[in-house]
Amino acid sequence: MRSAGTHWVLLLLPFAVIAALWIAATLERRGGPGFVRRNGAVVATYLLLAVGLWALVMIVLPQISMVELSFRPKLPAAQMGGPRDVYTLENYRYFLFGSTVSTAHWNVTHLHAFGLTIVASVLVAAFDFALCYPLAFYMAQSAPPRRVRLLLLLLIAPYWVNEILRAFAFRIIFATSGLLNTLLLGAGVVAQPVDFLGLDVGMYAGLSYAYLLLMVFPLYNAIESLPHSQIEAARDLGAAWWRIHLDVVMPYARPGIASGCTLVFMLTSGALAAPLVLGGPRSLWFTPIVYDRFYQAFNWPQGAAYACVLLLACVGFVLTVLRLSRLSLGQITR
Amino acid sequence: MTADVELDRVSVRFGGFTAVEGVSLKIEQGEFFSFLGPSGCGKTTILRTISGFVEPSQGAVRIGGRDMRGIGPNRRPTALIFQSLALFPMMSVADNVGYGLRVRGVGRRARRATVERLLALVALSDQGGKRVDDLSGGQRQRVAIARALAVEPQVLLLDEPLSALDLKLRQHMRTELRAIQRRVGLTFIYITHDQGEALTMSDRIAVMNRGRIEQVGDARSIYEAPQTGFVAGFVGETNALPGRVVAVADGEAEVATALGRFRGRNPRRLMAGVAAVLFVRPEFLHPGGGENECAAEAVDLAYEGSVTHLALRAADGTRLTAQLAAAARSAAPAPGARLRLGFAARDAIVLPPAATDA
Ligand SMILES: Nc1ncnc2c1ncn2[C@@H]1O[C@H](COP(=O)(O)OP(=O)(O)OP(=O)(O)O)[C@@H](O)[C@H]1O
Ligand SMILES: [Mg+2]
Repeated sequence: MRSAGTHWVLLLLPFAVIAALWIAATLERRGGPGFVRRNGAVVATYLLLAVGLWALVMIVLPQISMVELSFRPKLPAAQMGGPRDVYTLENYRYFLFGSTVSTAHWNVTHLHAFGLTIVASVLVAAFDFALCYPLAFYMAQSAPPRRVRLLLLLLIAPYWVNEILRAFAFRIIFATSGLLNTLLLGAGVVAQPVDFLGLDVGMYAGLSYAYLLLMVFPLYNAIESLPHSQIEAARDLGAAWWRIHLDVVMPYARPGIASGCTLVFMLTSGALAAPLVLGGPRSLWFTPIVYDRFYQAFNWPQGAAYACVLLLACVGFVLTVLRLSRLSLGQITR
Repeated sequence: MTADVELDRVSVRFGGFTAVEGVSLKIEQGEFFSFLGPSGCGKTTILRTISGFVEPSQGAVRIGGRDMRGIGPNRRPTALIFQSLALFPMMSVADNVGYGLRVRGVGRRARRATVERLLALVALSDQGGKRVDDLSGGQRQRVAIARALAVEPQVLLLDEPLSALDLKLRQHMRTELRAIQRRVGLTFIYITHDQGEALTMSDRIAVMNRGRIEQVGDARSIYEAPQTGFVAGFVGETNALPGRVVAVADGEAEVATALGRFRGRNPRRLMAGVAAVLFVRPEFLHPGGGENECAAEAVDLAYEGSVTHLALRAADGTRLTAQLAAAARSAAPAPGARLRLGFAARDAIVLPPAATDA
């Protein structure tokens, strides 16, 4: 077992942080109208406790322990906390080289799946952007309000069905004897049914569709606040329609674009349902591999290491997008 | 190519609603032409029709003799300055001004020269690198003008561009706009519902009401010789005394009103027996006698430096206002005093009543 000290730290940490927040709030109250004065002492305490606990217990602590776990070796329960329970890089070594000790060969399968997942997620985010931008622009700037409400309803309604069922619906569409093939065969476009699932068309369609709303809404919000007169002004100055989008609408909607793209990227790269249900026999998405580390190999430390690698990639992507769009984190979460 | 703007029986309908009806006008090249009218009378709609954002339901817009039907706003020789200015917040001042040139494919160097020249024209030479949001209201105004001028339009359309500014700045910008117009010699079509603005700046003014043009003329004729009851009532302060024409002679008409019989000019040649309104401006209504006389009670005095406004009530409750010049202040009555008021027949005008809603 781990030393008792670790447990104490873990148990006391939340209370230490809450105490720190409380002290901060008290100091703020002394220094004029602040958080506590605006909300009242009871509400302020509740907010601090609730948000603090939420952030700590649900987000910070599990992540910290996951990171910590990823640096531990896999040991039988009896040996945990024993002399062999030391910090090690072997889980990361396994991810890179397919072995906990040797560095002779690259772990091609896993690295390939990881690279593919990242690249495909970027492409899915880009594809979703291309798909959603015209729609969001239409809803935000040209459509009459009644049609906007109808479109929003049509967009949201399919998401009332749960994710797994939606993935199976895609399976029904793309299966060899599915809807699409029946249509294509019936119309005489193809002579043989196309193996959409084997070609991963089904998986990419499912992945693109899964988080579409998280692209539509940030874009819609960002474009909606653009005064229509700016579009007209650009037109009056002689700009062609595509220039208006490039020069006026997109720069203005930058925070929405960045926020939509990062959300879709992160959720796609971490998606589990679509790859599991729609993935062809040869397709290798990274998340099922992580899942397998935990529940097939029963190697939690290795699973934790794999999850950390994915998390790092996501953080890297978000930072890159922020850098490219010259935005701060606060601006895209608005 | 000349750039006179001609509206030929232009009507604009939105669904069943007629925003502009049968407007015919010719605006000469280099003219400073204003549309003046109450809110919702169709001024913006006319401007948008000229700039191409709205197609007329009937009639034609011609610029330099060329029919503009089917020609989009990006291909008309006009530039519109929006009421909200619509500057691009994500571009610098210089990029805003140069945008029209950029979309025309003008190279960076040529563009920079033009932008510098225009920023100098609007006295913003050292502000090119600033963000639009960092400018003051008047500076933003001038950026919008420079941006519109950059594309070398032949007609500049301005939709109440000064309405967002405070009084001082507005007066300053009026002179400035007028000066810029003289310098560049363009046709300016200007919209306002501020009559002071229209009267001081314009070569000619069109007074609009309910989508129609009531009168076109220079400031003097609009103010001194209104052709309709609406124009007389809308432009400047006036006292309106409704009644009926009882006699006409020598270009004058005698009107029987609730306050008595008065004579006034009769430019529309109204015949005896028709309903009419006699208008007399406060500055022509004097305490004491005159050709026309009536009795009233002083209600209130408002001192305003060069003039004093006198609010009066006649025996039947009709409210009147008179304006006393500073020189005549000693003659000002105390509130509550009963007095006789007089005015000359040539200072009053008899017009048909303003058309009521059909
Ligand atoms: N796109 C439109 N659809 C329907 N009605 C419209 C449209 N544009 C304008 N209108 C109507 O046309 C009338 C004239 O509008 P317009 O904007 O030209 O008025 P305006 O004289 O510019 O008024 P203001 O001084 O308040 O700006 C108004 O009653 C308005 O409601
Ligand atoms: Mg208007």
